[in-house]
Amino acid sequence: MDTPPNLARAQWMSLLAQADPAELVAAMDGFAPPADTAWLRPAQTGLYMLRGRVGGTGPQFNFGEITVTRCSVQAAGHIGHAWVRGSNARHAELAALADALLQDDAQRVSVQRQVIEPLRHSLDQHRDKASRKAAASKVEFFTVVRGE
Amino acid sequence: MYVAVKGGEQAIARSLELLAEARRGDTAVPELELAQIREQLRLGVARVMQEGSLYDEELAALAIRQAAGDMLEAIFLLRAYRTTLPRFGYTQPLNTTAMRVHRRVSGTFKDIPGGQVLGPTYDYTQRLLEFDTTAPAVVTPADAPLPLNMPRVLDLLDAEALIERIDAGNDPEPMDLTREPLMFPADRATRLQNLSRGDEGFLLSMAYSTQRGYAESHPFAGEIRMGEVDVVVCPEELGFAIEIGAITLTECQMINQFHGGNGMPPQFTRGYGLSMGEGERKAMSMALVDRALRCDELAEANVAPAQNQEFVLSHSDSVEASGFVQHLKLPHYVDFQAELSLLRTLAAQHAADTDEQLSSVVGGQRP
Repeated sequence: MDTPPNLARAQWMSLLAQADPAELVAAMDGFAPPADTAWLRPAQTGLYMLRGRVGGTGPQFNFGEITVTRCSVQAAGHIGHAWVRGSNARHAELAALADALLQDDAQRVSVQRQVIEPLRHSLDQHRDKASRKAAASKVEFFTVVRGE
Repeated sequence: MYVAVKGGEQAIARSLELLAEARRGDTAVPELELAQIREQLRLGVARVMQEGSLYDEELAALAIRQAAGDMLEAIFLLRAYRTTLPRFGYTQPLNTTAMRVHRRVSGTFKDIPGGQVLGPTYDYTQRLLEFDTTAPAVVTPADAPLPLNMPRVLDLLDAEALIERIDAGNDPEPMDLTREPLMFPADRATRLQNLSRGDEGFLLSMAYSTQRGYAESHPFAGEIRMGEVDVVVCPEELGFAIEIGAITLTECQMINQFHGGNGMPPQFTRGYGLSMGEGERKAMSMALVDRALRCDELAEANVAPAQNQEFVLSHSDSVEASGFVQHLKLPHYVDFQAELSLLRTLAAQHAADTDEQLSSVVGGQRP
Protein backbone atom coordinates (compact mmCIF):
# COMPACT_ATOMS: atom_id res chain seq x y z
CA MET A 1 0.00 0.00 0.00
CA ASP A 2 2.73 2.47 1.01
CA THR A 3 4.59 2.66 -2.27
CA PRO A 4 7.35 5.30 -2.28
CA PRO A 5 5.20 8.01 -3.99
CA ASN A 6 2.54 7.48 -1.32
CA LEU A 7 5.16 7.59 1.41
CA ALA A 8 6.52 10.93 0.19
CA ARG A 9 2.99 12.29 -0.12
CA ALA A 10 2.01 11.00 3.32
CA GLN A 11 5.06 12.78 4.75
CA TRP A 12 4.28 16.15 3.20
CA MET A 13 0.56 15.90 4.01
CA SER A 14 1.47 15.10 7.64
CA LEU A 15 3.84 18.03 7.80
CA LEU A 16 1.31 20.45 6.26
CA ALA A 17 -1.22 19.34 8.91
CA GLN A 18 1.29 19.60 11.78
CA ALA A 19 2.54 23.02 10.68
CA ASP A 20 1.69 26.18 12.55
CA PRO A 21 -1.20 27.74 10.54
CA ALA A 22 0.33 31.24 10.58
CA GLU A 23 3.64 29.90 9.24
CA LEU A 24 1.81 27.97 6.52
CA VAL A 25 -0.05 31.11 5.45
CA ALA A 26 3.23 33.02 5.24
CA ALA A 27 5.03 30.22 3.37
CA MET A 28 2.20 29.82 0.83
CA ASP A 29 2.10 33.56 0.16
CA GLY A 30 4.10 33.16 -3.06
CA PHE A 31 1.82 30.44 -4.44
CA ALA A 32 -1.44 31.87 -5.72
CA PRO A 33 -4.07 29.27 -6.66
CA PRO A 34 -3.61 28.43 -10.39
CA ALA A 35 -6.25 29.51 -12.92
CA ASP A 36 -7.79 26.02 -13.10
CA THR A 37 -8.34 25.83 -9.31
CA ALA A 38 -11.67 24.26 -8.37
CA TRP A 39 -12.67 23.60 -4.78
CA LEU A 40 -14.06 20.07 -5.12
CA ARG A 41 -14.90 19.87 -1.43
CA PRO A 42 -14.82 23.20 0.38
CA ALA A 43 -13.38 23.12 3.89
CA GLN A 44 -15.71 21.19 6.18
CA THR A 45 -15.28 20.58 9.92
CA GLY A 46 -16.32 17.26 11.44
CA LEU A 47 -15.26 14.71 14.00
CA TYR A 48 -12.96 11.76 14.26
CA MET A 49 -13.30 9.42 17.23
CA LEU A 50 -9.89 9.06 18.88
CA ARG A 51 -8.95 5.48 19.63
CA GLY A 52 -6.74 4.54 22.55
CA ARG A 53 -5.37 1.17 23.61
CA VAL A 54 -6.02 -0.46 27.00
CA GLY A 55 -2.74 -0.22 28.91
CA GLY A 56 -1.24 1.70 25.97
CA THR A 57 -0.61 -1.47 23.93
CA GLY A 58 -3.71 -3.64 24.43
CA PRO A 59 -7.13 -3.81 22.75
CA GLN A 60 -8.63 -0.58 21.38
CA PHE A 61 -11.16 1.62 23.14
CA ASN A 62 -12.99 4.77 22.05
CA PHE A 63 -11.41 7.63 23.96
CA GLY A 64 -13.21 10.79 22.83
CA GLU A 65 -13.63 12.85 19.68
CA ILE A 66 -11.52 15.48 17.96
CA THR A 67 -12.46 18.23 15.51
CA VAL A 68 -10.94 17.81 12.05
CA THR A 69 -11.29 20.03 8.98
CA ARG A 70 -10.98 18.45 5.56
CA CYS A 71 -10.76 20.04 2.14
CA SER A 72 -10.19 18.89 -1.47
CA VAL A 73 -9.09 21.03 -4.37
CA GLN A 74 -8.24 20.51 -8.02
CA ALA A 75 -5.30 22.66 -9.09
CA ALA A 76 -2.57 22.42 -11.71
CA GLY A 77 -4.31 19.30 -13.02
CA HIS A 78 -3.97 17.44 -9.73
CA ILE A 79 -6.31 16.75 -6.83
CA GLY A 80 -5.03 17.89 -3.45
CA HIS A 81 -6.53 16.73 -0.17
CA ALA A 82 -6.09 17.88 3.41
CA TRP A 83 -7.20 16.67 6.81
CA VAL A 84 -6.07 18.91 9.65
CA ARG A 85 -6.98 18.85 13.31
CA GLY A 86 -9.11 21.73 14.56
CA SER A 87 -11.59 24.04 12.84
CA ASN A 88 -9.21 26.30 10.88
CA ALA A 89 -10.63 26.32 7.32
CA ARG A 90 -7.75 28.40 5.93
CA HIS A 91 -5.24 25.85 7.24
CA ALA A 92 -7.08 23.01 5.46
CA GLU A 93 -7.44 24.99 2.20
CA LEU A 94 -3.76 25.90 2.01
CA ALA A 95 -2.69 22.36 2.94
CA ALA A 96 -4.91 20.93 0.16
CA LEU A 97 -3.57 23.45 -2.35
CA ALA A 98 0.02 22.66 -1.40
CA ASP A 99 -0.73 18.94 -1.75
CA ALA A 100 -1.98 19.52 -5.31
CA LEU A 101 1.02 21.70 -6.27
CA LEU A 102 3.45 19.15 -4.80
CA GLN A 103 2.04 16.54 -7.21
CA ASP A 104 2.80 18.85 -10.13
CA ASP A 105 6.26 18.15 -11.59
CA ALA A 106 6.67 21.80 -12.62
CA GLN A 107 6.15 23.19 -9.12
CA ARG A 108 7.22 20.40 -6.76
CA VAL A 109 10.78 21.61 -6.28
CA SER A 110 9.87 25.21 -5.50
CA VAL A 111 7.07 24.21 -3.11
CA GLN A 112 9.43 21.78 -1.39
CA ARG A 113 12.04 24.51 -1.02
CA GLN A 114 9.80 27.42 -0.05
CA VAL A 115 7.09 25.65 1.97
CA ILE A 116 7.95 22.12 3.07
CA GLU A 117 11.58 22.59 4.09
CA PRO A 118 11.05 25.76 6.19
CA LEU A 119 7.99 24.22 7.89
CA ARG A 120 9.92 21.01 8.62
CA HIS A 121 12.79 23.02 10.07
CA SER A 122 10.45 25.10 12.21
CA LEU A 123 8.58 22.05 13.53
CA ASP A 124 11.84 20.25 14.33
CA GLN A 125 13.15 23.32 16.16
CA HIS A 126 9.94 23.72 18.11
CA ARG A 127 10.00 20.07 19.21
CA ASP A 128 13.69 20.17 20.05
CA LYS A 129 13.19 23.24 22.23
CA ALA A 130 10.21 21.71 24.06
CA SER A 131 12.19 18.53 24.67
CA ARG A 132 15.24 20.42 25.97
CA LYS A 133 13.01 22.46 28.28
CA ALA A 134 11.51 19.25 29.69
CA ALA A 135 15.00 17.75 29.98
CA ALA A 136 15.98 20.71 32.17
CA SER A 137 13.57 19.34 34.82
CA LYS A 138 15.10 15.86 34.85
CA VAL A 139 15.88 14.68 38.37
CA GLU A 140 19.52 14.01 39.27
CA PHE A 141 19.57 11.73 42.32
CA PHE A 142 22.43 11.99 44.80
CA THR A 143 23.10 9.00 46.99
CA VAL A 144 23.98 10.03 50.53
CA VAL A 145 26.30 7.43 52.05
CA ARG A 146 25.79 7.04 55.78
CA GLY A 147 28.36 5.69 58.23
CA GLU A 148 31.48 4.22 56.60
CA MET B 1 -57.58 15.88 36.40
CA TYR B 2 -54.80 17.16 34.11
CA VAL B 3 -54.35 20.87 33.81
CA ALA B 4 -52.02 22.19 31.11
CA VAL B 5 -50.13 25.23 32.30
CA LYS B 6 -48.63 27.70 29.88
CA GLY B 7 -46.84 30.95 30.52
CA GLY B 8 -43.58 32.48 31.57
CA GLU B 9 -42.20 33.32 28.10
CA GLN B 10 -41.74 36.95 29.05
CA ALA B 11 -40.07 36.02 32.34
CA ILE B 12 -37.74 33.56 30.58
CA ALA B 13 -36.73 36.20 28.03
CA ARG B 14 -35.90 38.63 30.87
CA SER B 15 -34.00 35.88 32.69
CA LEU B 16 -31.82 35.25 29.63
CA GLU B 17 -31.03 38.97 29.48
CA LEU B 18 -30.09 38.94 33.15
CA LEU B 19 -27.89 35.91 32.55
CA ALA B 20 -26.09 37.60 29.65
CA GLU B 21 -25.52 40.69 31.78
CA ALA B 22 -24.29 38.67 34.76
CA ARG B 23 -21.98 36.61 32.55
CA ARG B 24 -20.35 39.71 31.10
CA GLY B 25 -19.93 41.38 34.52
CA ASP B 26 -18.67 44.95 34.79
CA THR B 27 -18.39 46.25 31.20
CA ALA B 28 -15.60 48.58 32.33
CA VAL B 29 -13.48 45.43 32.60
CA PRO B 30 -12.30 44.08 29.19
CA GLU B 31 -14.01 40.90 28.03
CA LEU B 32 -11.91 37.71 28.24
CA GLU B 33 -10.41 36.71 24.93
CA LEU B 34 -10.50 33.03 23.97
CA ALA B 35 -6.71 33.04 23.55
CA GLN B 36 -6.35 34.18 27.18
CA ILE B 37 -8.51 31.30 28.40
CA ARG B 38 -6.71 28.80 26.16
CA GLU B 39 -3.24 29.95 27.21
CA GLN B 40 -3.75 30.88 30.87
CA LEU B 41 -6.49 28.47 31.98
CA ARG B 42 -5.16 25.46 30.08
CA LEU B 43 -5.99 22.95 32.83
CA GLY B 44 -9.63 24.07 32.85
CA VAL B 45 -9.66 23.83 29.05
CA ALA B 46 -8.23 20.28 29.30
CA ARG B 47 -10.94 19.20 31.73
CA VAL B 48 -13.74 20.59 29.58
CA MET B 49 -12.30 18.85 26.50
CA GLN B 50 -11.89 15.53 28.33
CA GLU B 51 -15.33 15.36 29.90
CA GLY B 52 -16.98 17.15 26.99
CA SER B 53 -15.32 14.31 25.04
CA LEU B 54 -14.10 16.65 22.29
CA TYR B 55 -10.49 17.71 21.78
CA ASP B 56 -10.66 21.33 20.59
CA GLU B 57 -9.04 24.04 22.72
CA GLU B 58 -10.85 26.91 20.96
CA LEU B 59 -14.32 25.41 21.46
CA ALA B 60 -13.55 24.49 25.08
CA ALA B 61 -12.35 28.06 25.78
CA LEU B 62 -15.54 29.43 24.20
CA ALA B 63 -17.64 27.09 26.34
CA ILE B 64 -15.83 28.11 29.53
CA ARG B 65 -16.42 31.80 28.80
CA GLN B 66 -20.07 31.25 27.89
CA ALA B 67 -20.60 29.18 31.05
CA ALA B 68 -18.96 31.89 33.20
CA GLY B 69 -16.41 29.34 34.42
CA ASP B 70 -18.95 26.67 35.42
CA MET B 71 -17.01 23.63 34.18
CA LEU B 72 -19.98 21.24 34.16
CA GLU B 73 -22.06 23.72 32.15
CA ALA B 74 -19.13 24.16 29.73
CA ILE B 75 -18.86 20.37 29.38
CA PHE B 76 -22.59 20.21 28.61
CA LEU B 77 -22.19 22.93 25.93
CA LEU B 78 -19.38 20.99 24.25
CA ARG B 79 -21.33 17.72 24.32
CA ALA B 80 -24.30 19.50 22.73
CA TYR B 81 -22.14 21.11 20.05
CA ARG B 82 -20.54 17.84 18.95
CA THR B 83 -23.94 16.49 17.97
CA THR B 84 -24.10 19.14 15.21
CA LEU B 85 -20.91 17.90 13.49
CA PRO B 86 -20.63 14.99 11.03
CA ARG B 87 -18.50 12.01 12.04
CA PHE B 88 -15.67 11.44 9.53
CA GLY B 89 -14.43 8.22 11.08
CA TYR B 90 -12.17 6.65 13.69
CA THR B 91 -8.49 7.49 14.11
CA GLN B 92 -5.79 4.87 14.24
CA PRO B 93 -4.99 3.94 17.86
CA LEU B 94 -2.97 6.67 19.63
CA ASN B 95 0.62 5.49 20.03
CA THR B 96 1.48 6.72 23.52
CA THR B 97 4.73 4.71 23.46
CA ALA B 98 6.01 7.25 20.91
CA MET B 99 4.85 10.24 22.98
CA ARG B 100 7.11 13.32 22.83
CA VAL B 101 7.42 13.47 26.59
CA HIS B 102 7.14 16.72 28.55
CA ARG B 103 6.75 15.01 31.92
CA ARG B 104 7.36 11.45 33.01
CA VAL B 105 7.62 10.12 36.54
CA SER B 106 7.47 6.76 38.25
CA GLY B 107 6.59 6.05 41.85
CA THR B 108 8.01 2.53 41.65
CA PHE B 109 11.54 2.84 40.25
CA LYS B 110 14.04 5.58 40.96
CA ASP B 111 16.33 4.88 38.03
CA ILE B 112 14.37 4.48 34.82
CA PRO B 113 15.71 4.66 31.28
CA GLY B 114 15.25 8.26 30.17
CA GLY B 115 15.04 9.45 33.77
CA GLN B 116 12.39 11.10 35.91
CA VAL B 117 11.29 14.30 34.16
CA LEU B 118 9.17 16.59 36.31
CA GLY B 119 7.92 19.02 33.66
CA PRO B 120 5.36 21.66 34.68
CA THR B 121 3.68 20.44 37.90
CA TYR B 122 2.05 21.94 40.98
CA ASP B 123 3.44 19.04 43.05
CA TYR B 124 6.40 21.01 44.41
CA THR B 125 4.74 24.37 44.93
CA GLN B 126 4.22 25.70 48.46
CA ARG B 127 0.54 26.43 47.84
CA LEU B 128 1.09 30.01 48.94
CA LEU B 129 -0.94 32.65 47.14
CA GLU B 130 1.35 34.87 45.10
CA PHE B 131 0.05 38.41 45.44
CA ASP B 132 2.78 40.06 43.41
CA THR B 133 2.31 40.26 39.67
CA THR B 134 4.34 37.32 38.47
CA ALA B 135 7.23 38.21 36.20
CA PRO B 136 7.42 36.16 32.99
CA ALA B 137 9.19 32.89 33.78
CA VAL B 138 12.45 32.25 32.01
CA VAL B 139 13.22 28.60 31.34
CA THR B 140 16.76 27.57 30.53
CA PRO B 141 16.58 24.55 28.22
CA ALA B 142 19.00 21.68 28.76
CA ASP B 143 21.82 21.26 26.25
CA ALA B 144 20.46 17.96 24.97
CA PRO B 145 16.85 16.93 24.29
CA LEU B 146 15.25 13.90 25.94
CA PRO B 147 15.70 10.55 24.19
CA LEU B 148 13.27 10.19 21.27
CA ASN B 149 11.87 6.99 22.71
CA MET B 150 11.10 6.83 26.41
CA PRO B 151 10.67 3.13 27.22
CA ARG B 152 7.62 2.25 29.29
CA VAL B 153 8.45 1.68 32.95
CA LEU B 154 6.13 -1.32 33.14
CA ASP B 155 8.22 -3.06 30.46
CA LEU B 156 10.93 -3.43 33.13
CA LEU B 157 8.58 -5.67 35.12
CA ASP B 158 7.31 -7.35 31.99
CA ALA B 159 10.86 -8.49 31.20
CA GLU B 160 10.82 -10.44 34.48
CA ALA B 161 7.29 -11.76 33.84
CA LEU B 162 6.16 -10.19 37.11
CA ILE B 163 3.32 -8.20 35.58
CA GLU B 164 0.36 -9.31 33.51
CA ARG B 165 0.96 -9.20 29.78
CA ILE B 166 -1.27 -6.96 27.76
CA ASP B 167 -1.48 -7.16 23.99
CA ALA B 168 -4.06 -6.35 21.36
CA GLY B 169 -5.02 -10.01 20.81
CA ASN B 170 -7.24 -10.14 17.73
CA ASP B 171 -7.84 -6.39 18.17
CA PRO B 172 -11.66 -6.43 18.35
CA GLU B 173 -13.70 -3.41 17.25
CA PRO B 174 -14.56 -1.59 20.49
CA MET B 175 -18.10 -0.59 21.41
CA ASP B 176 -18.84 3.13 20.94
CA LEU B 177 -21.00 4.66 23.67
CA THR B 178 -21.81 7.65 21.45
CA ARG B 179 -23.61 5.18 19.13
CA GLU B 180 -24.88 2.39 21.39
CA PRO B 181 -26.38 2.42 24.89
CA LEU B 182 -24.42 1.21 27.91
CA MET B 183 -25.28 -2.43 28.70
CA PHE B 184 -24.15 -4.61 31.59
CA PRO B 185 -21.85 -6.37 32.03
CA ALA B 186 -19.67 -3.89 30.13
CA ASP B 187 -16.29 -5.05 28.80
CA ARG B 188 -13.11 -3.20 29.70
CA ALA B 189 -12.96 -1.14 26.49
CA THR B 190 -16.51 0.09 27.07
CA ARG B 191 -15.76 0.85 30.72
CA LEU B 192 -12.70 2.88 29.72
CA GLN B 193 -14.76 4.97 27.28
CA ASN B 194 -17.28 5.63 30.04
CA LEU B 195 -14.55 6.54 32.54
CA SER B 196 -12.85 8.80 29.94
CA ARG B 197 -16.04 10.87 29.74
CA GLY B 198 -16.67 10.56 33.49
CA ASP B 199 -16.66 13.38 36.02
CA GLU B 200 -13.25 13.94 37.59
CA GLY B 201 -14.69 14.60 41.04
CA PHE B 202 -16.75 11.41 41.01
CA LEU B 203 -13.82 9.29 39.80
CA LEU B 204 -11.49 10.92 42.31
CA SER B 205 -13.81 9.98 45.18
CA MET B 206 -14.28 6.45 43.85
CA ALA B 207 -10.50 6.05 43.49
CA TYR B 208 -9.96 7.44 46.99
CA SER B 209 -12.45 4.94 48.41
CA THR B 210 -10.40 2.05 46.99
CA GLN B 211 -7.29 3.38 48.72
CA ARG B 212 -9.12 3.66 52.03
CA GLY B 213 -10.08 0.00 51.93
CA TYR B 214 -13.35 -0.22 49.98
CA ALA B 215 -11.81 -2.70 47.47
CA GLU B 216 -8.74 -4.89 47.33
CA SER B 217 -6.29 -2.32 46.07
CA HIS B 218 -2.61 -1.84 46.76
CA PRO B 219 -1.67 0.59 44.03
CA PHE B 220 1.61 2.09 42.90
CA ALA B 221 1.98 4.73 40.21
CA GLY B 222 4.09 2.65 37.82
CA GLU B 223 4.37 5.44 35.30
CA ILE B 224 2.75 8.76 34.53
CA ARG B 225 3.69 10.42 31.26
CA MET B 226 2.44 13.61 29.65
CA GLY B 227 3.36 14.97 26.25
CA GLU B 228 2.48 15.20 22.58
CA VAL B 229 1.07 12.32 20.56
CA ASP B 230 0.43 12.42 16.81
CA VAL B 231 -3.12 11.82 15.60
CA VAL B 232 -3.13 9.48 12.60
CA VAL B 233 -6.05 8.81 10.27
CA CYS B 234 -6.38 6.72 7.14
CA PRO B 235 -9.07 8.34 4.94
CA GLU B 236 -10.70 6.16 2.31
CA GLU B 237 -9.98 8.75 -0.40
CA LEU B 238 -6.24 8.31 0.18
CA GLY B 239 -5.82 4.67 1.12
CA PHE B 240 -2.77 5.51 3.23
CA ALA B 241 -2.27 6.93 6.73
CA ILE B 242 -1.39 10.56 7.48
CA GLU B 243 -0.82 12.63 10.61
CA ILE B 244 -3.42 15.37 11.03
CA GLY B 245 -1.78 17.08 13.99
CA ALA B 246 -0.60 16.41 17.53
CA ILE B 247 -2.46 16.51 20.84
CA THR B 248 -1.33 16.60 24.46
CA LEU B 249 -2.23 13.54 26.54
CA THR B 250 -1.61 12.33 30.08
CA GLU B 251 -1.30 8.59 30.59
CA CYS B 252 -1.20 6.70 33.89
CA GLN B 253 -0.16 3.08 34.29
CA MET B 254 -1.06 1.94 37.78
CA ILE B 255 0.45 -1.25 39.22
CA ASN B 256 -1.61 -3.28 41.69
CA GLN B 257 -0.75 -6.26 43.85
CA PHE B 258 -2.54 -9.48 42.93
CA HIS B 259 -2.39 -12.73 44.87
CA GLY B 260 -3.41 -14.93 41.96
CA GLY B 261 -6.75 -16.41 41.04
CA ASN B 262 -8.96 -17.33 38.08
CA GLY B 263 -6.07 -19.36 36.67
CA MET B 264 -3.59 -16.50 36.92
CA PRO B 265 -0.39 -16.74 38.98
CA PRO B 266 0.48 -14.13 41.63
CA GLN B 267 1.71 -11.08 39.73
CA PHE B 268 1.24 -7.37 39.42
CA THR B 269 -1.84 -6.25 37.50
CA ARG B 270 -2.48 -3.04 35.62
CA GLY B 271 -4.97 -0.21 35.83
CA TYR B 272 -5.05 2.27 32.95
CA GLY B 273 -5.92 5.94 32.72
CA LEU B 274 -5.72 8.39 29.81
CA SER B 275 -6.69 12.05 29.75
CA MET B 276 -6.66 14.92 27.25
CA GLY B 277 -4.19 17.73 27.95
CA GLU B 278 -2.55 17.81 31.35
CA GLY B 279 -5.03 15.81 33.41
CA GLU B 280 -2.99 13.85 35.89
CA ARG B 281 -5.58 13.67 38.69
CA LYS B 282 -8.16 12.39 36.23
CA ALA B 283 -5.81 9.85 34.64
CA MET B 284 -4.73 8.47 38.03
CA SER B 285 -8.32 8.26 39.31
CA MET B 286 -9.40 6.54 36.11
CA ALA B 287 -6.58 4.00 36.42
CA LEU B 288 -7.53 3.12 40.01
CA VAL B 289 -11.21 2.75 39.15
CA ASP B 290 -10.38 0.75 36.00
CA ARG B 291 -8.45 -1.72 38.18
CA ALA B 292 -11.19 -1.92 40.82
CA LEU B 293 -13.77 -2.70 38.11
CA ARG B 294 -11.72 -5.75 37.01
CA CYS B 295 -12.66 -7.63 40.22
CA ASP B 296 -14.84 -10.25 38.49
CA GLU B 297 -12.24 -10.98 35.80
CA LEU B 298 -9.60 -11.49 38.52
CA ALA B 299 -11.93 -13.46 40.85
CA GLU B 300 -11.73 -10.89 43.63
CA ALA B 301 -14.58 -10.38 46.11
CA ASN B 302 -16.95 -7.79 44.61
CA VAL B 303 -17.98 -5.92 47.74
CA ALA B 304 -17.14 -2.24 47.38
CA PRO B 305 -18.94 0.57 45.50
CA ALA B 306 -15.91 1.20 43.23
CA GLN B 307 -16.02 -2.47 42.11
CA ASN B 308 -19.68 -2.34 41.17
CA GLN B 309 -19.80 -1.49 37.47
CA GLU B 310 -23.51 -0.73 37.40
CA PHE B 311 -23.02 1.74 40.25
CA VAL B 312 -19.86 3.38 38.86
CA LEU B 313 -20.67 3.50 35.15
CA SER B 314 -24.29 4.61 35.65
CA HIS B 315 -23.31 7.56 37.83
CA SER B 316 -20.02 8.76 36.34
CA ASP B 317 -21.39 11.16 33.73
CA SER B 318 -21.74 14.75 34.95
CA VAL B 319 -24.12 15.76 32.16
CA GLU B 320 -26.58 12.99 33.07
CA ALA B 321 -26.12 13.45 36.83
CA SER B 322 -26.44 17.21 36.71
CA GLY B 323 -29.49 16.99 34.48
CA PHE B 324 -31.33 14.57 36.74
CA VAL B 325 -30.51 16.37 39.98
CA GLN B 326 -31.33 19.79 38.54
CA HIS B 327 -34.53 18.77 36.78
CA LEU B 328 -36.14 18.88 40.23
CA LYS B 329 -36.29 22.66 39.77
CA LEU B 330 -38.73 22.28 36.89
CA PRO B 331 -42.47 22.42 37.55
CA HIS B 332 -43.72 19.31 39.34
CA TYR B 333 -46.97 21.04 40.29
CA VAL B 334 -49.26 18.18 39.29
CA ASP B 335 -47.08 15.44 40.86
CA PHE B 336 -46.86 17.47 44.00
CA GLN B 337 -50.63 18.11 44.09
CA ALA B 338 -51.15 14.35 43.98
CA GLU B 339 -48.66 13.82 46.82
CA LEU B 340 -50.29 16.59 48.80
CA SER B 341 -53.76 15.16 48.39
CA LEU B 342 -52.55 11.67 49.35
CA LEU B 343 -50.80 13.00 52.43
CA ARG B 344 -53.90 14.95 53.50
CA THR B 345 -55.95 11.75 53.28
CA LEU B 346 -53.36 9.79 55.26
CA ALA B 347 -53.08 12.52 57.90
CA ALA B 348 -56.88 12.61 58.32
CA GLN B 349 -56.93 8.80 58.57
CA HIS B 350 -54.12 8.89 61.16
CA ALA B 351 -55.98 11.50 63.25
CA ALA B 352 -59.17 9.43 63.09
CA ASP B 353 -57.33 6.25 64.14
CA THR B 354 -55.64 8.04 67.04
CA ASP B 355 -58.97 9.38 68.26
CA GLU B 356 -60.47 5.90 68.11
CA GLN B 357 -57.59 4.39 70.12
CA LEU B 358 -57.81 7.13 72.73
CA SER B 359 -61.54 6.59 73.03
CA SER B 360 -61.07 2.88 73.68
CA VAL B 361 -58.35 3.50 76.32
CA VAL B 362 -60.45 5.92 78.37
CA GLY B 363 -63.53 3.71 78.15
CA GLY B 364 -65.38 5.52 75.45
CA GLN B 365 -65.10 8.92 77.13
CA ARG B 366 -63.52 11.75 75.26
CA PRO B 367 -60.77 13.45 77.24
